Amino acid sequence: MSVVIEQPRSPRSRKGANWEKYGWMYMRASGALLVILIFGHLFTNLFLGEGIKAIDFAFVGGKWSDPFWKVWDLAMLWLALIHGTNGMRTIVNDYASKEAVRKTLVWALWGICAVLVTLGTLVVFTFDPCPAGAAAELLPSFCPAS
Amino acid sequence: MPTMPAGTLYRGKVGMWSWVLHRITGVAIFFFLLVHVLDTALVRLSPEAYNAVIGTYKTPIIGLAELGLVAAILFHALNGVRVILIDFWRKGVKYQNVMFWIVVAVALLIFIGFAPRHLAHVFG
Ligand code: HEM
Ligand code: HEM
Repeated sequence: MSVVIEQPRSPRSRKGANWEKYGWMYMRASGALLVILIFGHLFTNLFLGEGIKAIDFAFVGGKWSDPFWKVWDLAMLWLALIHGTNGMRTIVNDYASKEAVRKTLVWALWGICAVLVTLGTLVVFTFDPCPAGAAAELLPSFCPAS
Repeated sequence: MPTMPAGTLYRGKVGMWSWVLHRITGVAIFFFLLVHVLDTALVRLSPEAYNAVIGTYKTPIIGLAELGLVAAILFHALNGVRVILIDFWRKGVKYQNVMFWIVVAVALLIFIGFAPRHLAHVFG
């Protein structure tokens, strides 16, 4: 089946919520927020201090013992993954010529997005900076010495 | 002899190339983020597992790839702001061409401020 492309200025014929429009608005709203979130993330993790050299379990433990960075990372996780997935959906819609292939890919994209958003959220909420039985020299300095 | 199609207001100009770059960088960042959420999740497994994987981020080859990632983010983010301005600012369309070069200049400036420091961390 070939795709019917409507005249750009013809009135909307379909009924119901205009999801394409909400998607379009979401790309812009999330993009504006992500500039701050991602630039801040890269500044603290790659630029300040020893940059990439300083990143290890203890570094993450230090950041995620502060609710500020938990909220920061959760916002970044949700906004960036949904933004990226919706952007990939646009690209799939542009290039997949078979409807079955297109549908499968779009479903796969949202499936991956849901799994990773859930995983990342659980990781932030269940994170323990001082896991029992771990080698003390790998843990943040505030952990009780074991 | 087939001839090259002539350019239009869009084709072969800043409008087209900024879109191509925006698309390519968006896809690249997306795939990085998939891996990145997984590697960060290793903090729930054990400190050793997380440190082993994040250790690869400090190797010369991945260290250089991080420069590419930062360059991609800088372009995608700043050009994204340009796209938003074209859509919502009254004079956005008029200045889209200048704004593209401002995006390139600002991205380059930030990159020049970042790259030597990052290279020192990776190779120092
Ligand atoms: C090479 C560059 C990067 C490094 C070294 C890095 C490092 C880290 C580290 C150490 C964490 C743990 C928590 C924290 O420090 O806040 C983290 C989490 C996170 N990063 Fe990055 N990051 C990089 C680039 C990015 C980029 C470009 C994005 C967005 C597209 C991103 C998105 C995230 C998200 C969403 C989390 C939270 C994950 C979760 O909730 O499980 N990071 N990153
Ligand atoms: C840093 C802040 C960001 C800004 C300001 C931003 C801005 C935008 C905007 C405005 C669009 C829509 C373009 C259009 O409708 O023509 C877009 C598309 C897209 N973005 Fe982002 N974005 C950002 C971060 C990200 C991240 C972190 C990812 C990946 C996880 C990503 C992946 C994509 C993709 C794949 C597209 C679709 C490109 C296309 O249709 O050609 N972006 N971005």
